[in-house]
Amino acid sequence: MYQFLYNLIGNELIAGLLVAVVPLTIILVFALFGIWLERKVSAHMQDRLGPMRTGWHGWLQTVADLMKMLQKEDIVATGADKTLYNIAPILVFTGSFAAYAVIPFSSKLLGSEVEIGLFYVLAISSLVVAGILMAGWSANNKYSLLGAMRAAAQIISYEIPTALIVLSMVMLTGTLSLDKISQMQTSSFWNWNIFGGAIFGLSKFLLIPFMFVGAMIIFISTLAEVNRVPFDIPEAESELVAGYFTEYCGMKWGMFMLAEYGNMFAVSAIVSILFFGGYQSPIGYLGNSIGAQWLVPFEQGFWFIAKGLTLVFVQMWLRWTLPRLRVDQLMTVCWKYLIPYAFINLIIIGIISIL
Amino acid sequence: MKQYFKNTWDGLFTVFIGMKVTFKHLFTPAVTIQYPDIKVKLPDRVRNRLYVNMDDCIGCDQCSRACPVSCIEIETVKSIPGEDLGFTSNGKKKALWVTKFDIDIAKCCYCQLCVFPCPTECIYMTDVYEFAEYERSNFIYKFATLTNEEAAQKKINYEKLQAEKAAAAAKPKPETPAQTENKSE
Repeated sequence: MYQFLYNLIGNELIAGLLVAVVPLTIILVFALFGIWLERKVSAHMQDRLGPMRTGWHGWLQTVADLMKMLQKEDIVATGADKTLYNIAPILVFTGSFAAYAVIPFSSKLLGSEVEIGLFYVLAISSLVVAGILMAGWSANNKYSLLGAMRAAAQIISYEIPTALIVLSMVMLTGTLSLDKISQMQTSSFWNWNIFGGAIFGLSKFLLIPFMFVGAMIIFISTLAEVNRVPFDIPEAESELVAGYFTEYCGMKWGMFMLAEYGNMFAVSAIVSILFFGGYQSPIGYLGNSIGAQWLVPFEQGFWFIAKGLTLVFVQMWLRWTLPRLRVDQLMTVCWKYLIPYAFINLIIIGIISIL
Repeated sequence: MKQYFKNTWDGLFTVFIGMKVTFKHLFTPAVTIQYPDIKVKLPDRVRNRLYVNMDDCIGCDQCSRACPVSCIEIETVKSIPGEDLGFTSNGKKKALWVTKFDIDIAKCCYCQLCVFPCPTECIYMTDVYEFAEYERSNFIYKFATLTNEEAAQKKINYEKLQAEKAAAAAKPKPETPAQTENKSE
């Protein structure tokens, strides 16, 4: 992407900025769409209708809310540490935005072709923890502090099963590059990693059950990492008001919201790249069969967004199905269940992949 | 160890059961209505905003006295002979000018106790329930049909009549007390 734009424009700075604008646009549009979707999904699951009055089925509701948020007064409590308080939302948003740098939306639309994309995503998404702690601590509010502490404990705990599953996928595929992992799972859904990868043989069939377990574990643990229900104890609206962003208002609060939805899509993208073929079509490309090669990247983009949105929908579906976990239950799920299963899964996948 | 695997299985299986339930509800038609566009039909005897049909009001003040929160204020002026106020729809002759008939709906407790004493059934509850206002003073509904000038005129007419009557009554009066005085003397 960057190379293409650089060749087109011939200016490093402009090309770099343009590359950065693409994921930003995607996050913003997705956040607008995601919040609307969340409202509609929640409403219909509760036999309601949700927003109906702004545009067709309320599709402009989020835009209207954004307008309201932009007009709001920026209030900072006197007891708050102003510097940290102002940096925190930016840091949280940066963390989720930076993860998009290496996510391949299609074979052509890829911010940075780094070889260690997976490692980078895991590392950069930890920045969010720092931002959350900062937000909670600087706000000088007991609910914020409690929420931030819970968030830190939760995200750090759940990074372990995530990392273990990512590690097992790295062992299987032999690369950390998200683009290469996507390319390996080409041509058919049967070649996706959840069905044991592209290499046909005994090991593929042996891998399938462990891949299912792995996909489930990484989905659960990433769900916990983005603080979604049933793992939303940092935000826990019935106990902690809004958790670490209780004191925030206006667009700073909006940035936390953007970061949350950005993160949702980012982790869905990672799960879909690792297990569901990334941008690869499950049934082959129309562009290849009618001989229009230029169509393929667009189709890939479509499939990537479709897979991401499906996983986001499942996240929302779970949100409106399950009650919140208690703190001890949260830790039990992570340390007593997910980590042992992930670890055994890692060993078994390792043994099978050297067979 | 057995318990551990059972816990794992229960944890996953129950989640799937829950997801099945919510997925079914995703396609259930909404039970809510789009309120300002669609309104639920109210029951027949619903109690909402009060209305007074002033054509039938005889100014008897019974509703005002029945009101437990005193939200109805009525002032009347007697008509002078020769003024025809007409009849109510159930045939009662009207004898009073109703110069003031104010209902402070903000005070009203919607008990409907004012409705029953009315001899002409001119005060009743309607099915209007959307009457929010920005000013509290707008909640004082003025039902009197007479304008202020008319009401003042009626008052003057009546006072004039009273004065004339008093004058008429006063004329022979000084004689009679004099006579009695004389008698007593």
